[in-house]
Amino acid sequence: MRRMRFQKTGKAVWMSHLDTMRLMQRAFRRAGVLLHHSQGYTPHAYVSLPIPLSVGMESLCEILEYELDAELTITPEQINKVLPEGILVTDVYESDVKTKHLCLMDAELLLFYDQGIPEGCVEMIEALLSREELLIEKRTKRGPEEADIRPLLKSYRLERSGEQLRIFCTVCAQNPSLNPMLLIQAIERYAASCKPDHCRCRRLEIYDENGKVFR
Amino acid sequence: MNNKLERILPNVQKPARYVGGEYGQTVKDKASVDLRVAFCFPDTYEIGMSNLGMRILYAVMNQMDGVWCERVFAPWADMEEAMIQNDIPLYALESGDPISDFDMIAFTIGYEMSYTNVLNMLRLGNIPLHASERKGLSQMVFAGGACMYNPEPLADFVDFFCIGEGEEMTPEILNLYRKAKREGWTKDAFLCEVCKIEGVYVPSLYEHIYGDQGELLEIRVKEGAPKQIRKRIIQNLDTALYPTEGIVPNLEIVHDRSNLEVMRGCIRGCRFCQAGFTYRPVRPRSPKLLQKQAVEALEFSGCHEITLSSLSTSDYYALEELAGGMLDYCTPRKISLSLPSLRADNFSRELMLKLQQVKKSGLTFAPEAGTQRLRDAINKNVTEEEILHTCAIAFSGGWNSVKLYFMLGLPTETDEDVLGIADLVYKIYQTWRENASNKKRGVRIHVATAFFVPKPFTPFQWEKQITPEEYLRRTKLLKANMPAKFVEYKYHEADLSRLEAVLARGDRRLGAVLEEAVNRGCRLDAWDEYFNYSAWCEAFDCCKIDPDHYTVRGFEEGELLPWQTISDGVSTAFLSRERKKAYASETTADCRSQCAGCGANCLLEGGKCNA
Repeated sequence: MRRMRFQKTGKAVWMSHLDTMRLMQRAFRRAGVLLHHSQGYTPHAYVSLPIPLSVGMESLCEILEYELDAELTITPEQINKVLPEGILVTDVYESDVKTKHLCLMDAELLLFYDQGIPEGCVEMIEALLSREELLIEKRTKRGPEEADIRPLLKSYRLERSGEQLRIFCTVCAQNPSLNPMLLIQAIERYAASCKPDHCRCRRLEIYDENGKVFR
Repeated sequence: MNNKLERILPNVQKPARYVGGEYGQTVKDKASVDLRVAFCFPDTYEIGMSNLGMRILYAVMNQMDGVWCERVFAPWADMEEAMIQNDIPLYALESGDPISDFDMIAFTIGYEMSYTNVLNMLRLGNIPLHASERKGLSQMVFAGGACMYNPEPLADFVDFFCIGEGEEMTPEILNLYRKAKREGWTKDAFLCEVCKIEGVYVPSLYEHIYGDQGELLEIRVKEGAPKQIRKRIIQNLDTALYPTEGIVPNLEIVHDRSNLEVMRGCIRGCRFCQAGFTYRPVRPRSPKLLQKQAVEALEFSGCHEITLSSLSTSDYYALEELAGGMLDYCTPRKISLSLPSLRADNFSRELMLKLQQVKKSGLTFAPEAGTQRLRDAINKNVTEEEILHTCAIAFSGGWNSVKLYFMLGLPTETDEDVLGIADLVYKIYQTWRENASNKKRGVRIHVATAFFVPKPFTPFQWEKQITPEEYLRRTKLLKANMPAKFVEYKYHEADLSRLEAVLARGDRRLGAVLEEAVNRGCRLDAWDEYFNYSAWCEAFDCCKIDPDHYTVRGFEEGELLPWQTISDGVSTAFLSRERKKAYASETTADCRSQCAGCGANCLLEGGKCNA
């Protein structure tokens, strides 16, 4: 399995999952490397981003899977030259680890408070994250439903950083996954006074079930 | 990134269209340029980034040392609301700077129903709307584009217009502006000088005098201004700049592919088609150059699709050579080649089969009218036999869906012509039954009718537009007679086309209406979800202007026309002759078969067309 690890930061965070796939398909062509194409009515290039990243989220650890005809190769330098600002390929490699082993993810939430961090905020957020149950409202096909996200939150750590509050967390990456931004929804529900005015979210690292960095 | 922006982007649709940063954009050092141009497209990012004219001129301006041209698009309504609430003025994508900081604000305008977006964008940019309120040299607003041959409805708001093709005119204008800026000229001094550049129209130098009934009585030309402005053209497209290293958007746009412009102009002369006349004379690019540009554009962009565009690509003199060469390059690279605007008459089976090699695209025809008599009257020289023959080839080749475009309300149209559309559709269905390679898959025939809008600079520029009620009656008549089972029939909004007709042949009195309409919240009129006809009607009432003056009234041939100051090179006598031939259902041969003497050859050095 051919994989590419890349970062998505800056202006590129506003690109959707599908747009990112299209962007990478084009980048291969720009780099002069033709992706392996499917046969059939409308041939398409095989690329896949196993863990979709929400629009607006940064990531330092995105994975792209792709297929090339055996004799072809590509290097980070080759593709970085033709990528737009905010997308940076850091590694290109082959792996036989299936993506189903991608289980955990480290992420960082940066909470902005325009009037300064509210009194007792750190304690309140810590208290709510240590609850046994964290219910949030999820939109489903059957309409809004309650879901408990606490089992998907494996560990967390809070840190003051100047005027902002930082939450480091380890969450489930697949089956099911936890979008770290949902923690903000939980804060809104359980500790409304701690709701930030703005929040930035960034994926830091991905791991397999044994806590080894997933490659 | 701007902090305010970062906070609103998570809550708007498709935020990628508001941040720039795409591959291929031009970023320059603000401190090292002496002229900054905010190049505005009065519609969304997805539409504007698909516009070839904008891509060409972006490259032309940025190729100039000391000039930095940036892009600006109309925000969608959710973004607009968020920008207003958070006090974010309209900004350019490359630098993020508000457009009010720019020296020049340029618009490219291709559609009458985007006029409100022009005003709305100026407003969102905190730019005074009226040209007369902008006193200084900065924030100079100018506009060009396909529908600026009659720019009168925008005359109050725009300082000057560029008539015709902009590749050469734009640098001349920009260099004059830099001189003016360096030497500290007044705005008036600049306008008096810029009007001497061929193709530049400064509306404030022309006074339009109206009578009691709103009729245009006189156009008074101020001293020093040219009596007539003749459109600019590029003599030789092979030496003109073509942006093969253009911006590759980060989100899907309307025409999400590389684009080659094979020629300008059209040899056909369909009498309703404004572009068919205003883009004259025909000027092709050479197939060798096109092939080179195709490779460059595809290698730079990484697109897997490329279009050969023009008003009528099947009339390109070297299509076979070009398509053949392109396919040799594209097929092994899994790139699909698309040819829009192919005509039914010379649409060869071979070419169609070749195009299928990578991806099978749709089959579209625009017969425009249902009977041969009316097709002759509008000079749409395509016969029923040709359409059915092409369909037969397509159906036997595996196609099972066809799109057909018609117009209702064409001059001389009768109910018989309307019913002729249903007849033609039924014959196409029969052709499918007789030729389909796989009948089990069924057939879909998509039929769309537009409401005919008479346009300036066409032989129908004097014609009446039928009333919306009459148009709707004809759509009902057609619907009632259309074989329903395999046909999907859609028709254009009557009210929108009525307004389009008003603005297309509008005069300066409409400036007030536009402003009233924008005050009432009109913008994004081309989008169903935001088109607000009743607000437009209120705006007309408020300004005491009757839209019928521009539509059902029709114009007399001797009447002074609002756009009379401008010339596209085609003579009025020719248009008048063509109009008479339309009434007699007589066709005019295409430019290649026989010159019809339209006059546009006068724009060419040497005066000889190369149709």
